[in-house]
Amino acid sequence: MTNLERSKQRRGLVAIDGAMVLLVILLIIQIWLLSAALETFLAGHTGAVLQAAIFSGLVFLGCVALNLFATRVD
Amino acid sequence: MSLLRSPSREPLWKEEFSVFTSDERYVTRRQLAKFLTLASLGMFVGNLWVLAKAYFAKTPSFPSVEVGEAGEIPVRGVKLFTYPAPKDPCILIRTGEDEYVAYSQKCTHLSCAVYFSAKDDRLECPCHQGWFSVRDGSVLQGPPPRPLPKITLERNGATLLAVGVKES
Repeated sequence: MTNLERSKQRRGLVAIDGAMVLLVILLIIQIWLLSAALETFLAGHTGAVLQAAIFSGLVFLGCVALNLFATRVD
Repeated sequence: MSLLRSPSREPLWKEEFSVFTSDERYVTRRQLAKFLTLASLGMFVGNLWVLAKAYFAKTPSFPSVEVGEAGEIPVRGVKLFTYPAPKDPCILIRTGEDEYVAYSQKCTHLSCAVYFSAKDDRLECPCHQGWFSVRDGSVLQGPPPRPLPKITLERNGATLLAVGVKES
C-alpha cells in the first residue's frame, strides 16, 4: 500500500468517525424530542407534537444521509 | 467417524462450520452507523405514534354531577367533593356572595392535596409550598408546572352542578 493510499484510507476513517459522532448527537436529540413530546401529550397539551414529529422526521433524514455517506465513503 | 479424523482439540462441527466467534462479535463502523440509523427510525416512529394518539384521541365526556346547594357553604368557605370519578378529589370554594369556583384538589407537581387559604386568598400545596390563584388556578409560586384543572360549574336553580374539567 502506497503512502497516498494509506493517507486516503486514514481520511476515510476520520470521515466515518465524524459521521458516527454526528449520528450519535442526532439520536440524542431525537430521544429528547420523543420524551418531550410524550411528556406534553400526557400532560394534556397537543400543540407541540406535530412540530416534534416533523423535526424528528428531518433528523431521521439527516441520519439516513449520514449513513449513506458512511457506507459509500472509501 | 472420529477414527478417520486427524487429532484436533476442536470438535468436528467447529472445523466444518468455520465461523469464528471473535469475528462474529466484531462490529464495524458501518454496521454501527446502520444500527444508529435504525434507532433514529424507531424514535421517528415513536413521535408519529404520539402524534397519532394526540389526533385520534377521543374528547372526554364528563357527567353532570350535583356538588351541593348554593347557600350550603359560607362565603370563603369550602366543600370537598369528587369529580369526574370517585377517586378524583376536588375542592369547591365560595369566593363571593354568588360566586363559586372549583378545582381539582391534586397539585400538578406531585399530586398532594391542595387546600384553600382564606387568609391569603390562594390555594396552597403543603408539600412543596406550591401556590395557586383562586381566580383561575394559575401557579403563583413553587414547583407546580401547570395550573390546577378547573371544574366547570353550572347552576340549576339552587343546585350547583359540576359539568366538566378544563385543563389549562
